[in-house]
Amino acid sequence: MSVRRVMGTEVEYGISVQGQPHANPMTASSQVVNAYAASALRARRARWDFEEEAPLRDARGFDLSRDAADPSLLTDEDLGLANVILTNGARLYVDHAHPEYSTPEVTTPLDVVRWDRAGEQVMLQAARQAAQVPGSASILLYKNNTDNKGVSYGAHENYLMRRSTPFADIVKHLIPFFVSRQVVCGAGRLGVGQDGSEHAYQISQRADFFEVEVGLETTLKRPIINTRDEPHADPEKYRRLHVIIGDANLSEVSTYLKVGTTSLVLAMIEAGYITRELALATPVASLRAISHDPTCRSTVRLASGRAVTGVQLQLEYLELATKFVQERYGDDADPQTVDVLARWESVLTRLERDPLECARELDWVAKLRLLEHYRDRDSLGWEDPKLHLIDLQYADIRPERGLYHRLVERGRMERLVSPEEVARAVHEPPHDTRAYFRGRVLEKFPDGVAAASWDSVIFDLPGREALQRVPTMDPLRGTRKRVGELIDRCDTAEQLFRALTQQSTG
Amino acid sequence: MAQEHKQPKRSAEETSAEEVEESTDLAERKEQLDEDIDALLDEIDDVLETNAEDFVKSFIQKGGE
Repeated sequence: MSVRRVMGTEVEYGISVQGQPHANPMTASSQVVNAYAASALRARRARWDFEEEAPLRDARGFDLSRDAADPSLLTDEDLGLANVILTNGARLYVDHAHPEYSTPEVTTPLDVVRWDRAGEQVMLQAARQAAQVPGSASILLYKNNTDNKGVSYGAHENYLMRRSTPFADIVKHLIPFFVSRQVVCGAGRLGVGQDGSEHAYQISQRADFFEVEVGLETTLKRPIINTRDEPHADPEKYRRLHVIIGDANLSEVSTYLKVGTTSLVLAMIEAGYITRELALATPVASLRAISHDPTCRSTVRLASGRAVTGVQLQLEYLELATKFVQERYGDDADPQTVDVLARWESVLTRLERDPLECARELDWVAKLRLLEHYRDRDSLGWEDPKLHLIDLQYADIRPERGLYHRLVERGRMERLVSPEEVARAVHEPPHDTRAYFRGRVLEKFPDGVAAASWDSVIFDLPGREALQRVPTMDPLRGTRKRVGELIDRCDTAEQLFRALTQQSTG
Repeated sequence: MAQEHKQPKRSAEETSAEEVEESTDLAERKEQLDEDIDALLDEIDDVLETNAEDFVKSFIQKGGE
């Protein structure tokens, strides 16, 4: 077991129309998505296919009734909001009041970074395209999670897991990990409390918005462990762990460690490897306590009575993971697993010594360091609007205005992937999942595809009355190895469809 | 910043004269660092949105997820 597994991220971007604070965010989000679709996608646009969606299915084994559900949970209804599939296998759409980008399914942490960064490029081009429409005001997009006035929006992660792993084990071993991992992957926030009314800096954008330990909701009573059970794969074999407790990261190292360490911890849970008692006495309160202390020195209490810092809790998981990989693989562990372990250890060691040593790698530290420089130079108190502006503008996705991007430009942030790789990932799908099939088919036969989703591609073929649905239930099929040559060889969607139905989807 | 914190390599044979030179190096490095930060903040001053208070106030979002 390693950092490898089928996974991906989905990020809702903050949106504002310049000079119009009360502009309708749904309209603005649709403008952004439609502008991108109009400019980037050839010919007809494939719809999203909702057939396999079940947002009310609960991992604990029941369905929430539609009447009892908050309307925001009914994500399987096609409201006519903009919703497109891209040739890189990603989904770009409007979710409530935000434009959202879901990466294609990938299998390594570095690929998550590549296609997550590609999402930033897609959003950037989308906003620029929207601004080209005569008479339209500029639309600004932010990769953050709160307006600091009481509202939060999500940056979710998805991990494919074995169905056979008891959900209770996931809950038990994942809560202490999720409560503490913010010291590595928090995005930093100036403001404490949901409305940000207390002027202080905290590690995470999202910590103050979580209220319960386990639950199905994502917009109210947010749970540390979300129980949505929509595997988009064979439900007998798999579950999809839908993680809602995370910040949207700009730093590549933060994203890389966020998904890499989580994937490793899930591997240990699947293997029944974690026997250490790390349960927290009060998880929700601990989540906030750790976030509210950028010195990383204050402690939270375990159920056993022991007091630990967030970094120490992460070190417990690191120690287990290091042993786990050593025992299972020895020297044969794959390079990314080895790299994730090494970076995780390095970051935690420096966080314990002095968090500012991680300013080149971690979002929350980079932002804090910038704020501290401003406080020093201009003698500013934390309530100063300029500091709040820096917090917000850190996440502006425009390279010329976004402060994260200014830091990158000056060589002050470590990068893991080249701009060229990211540019390629904007158009090309990963090779080793079904996203390859989805993306290539859309790229090569845009006129022949009526709709698509994670688990299907629906063809509309000339001379055939009915639409033809090709299910893609196995995330690890439809790869380049299995269908690359076939797609290369076919000149029409009809040819491809015939070849597929003769042999099975590959 | 890891690189900025990197200390020059020391060896046991180094003489005290070299030590003095080294501390001058460090002072220069620190000065360099301060200049670098000044330049960074100057550049950021140029790209920060005007009227911070209004700009931050007008960033109003609706819930998502």
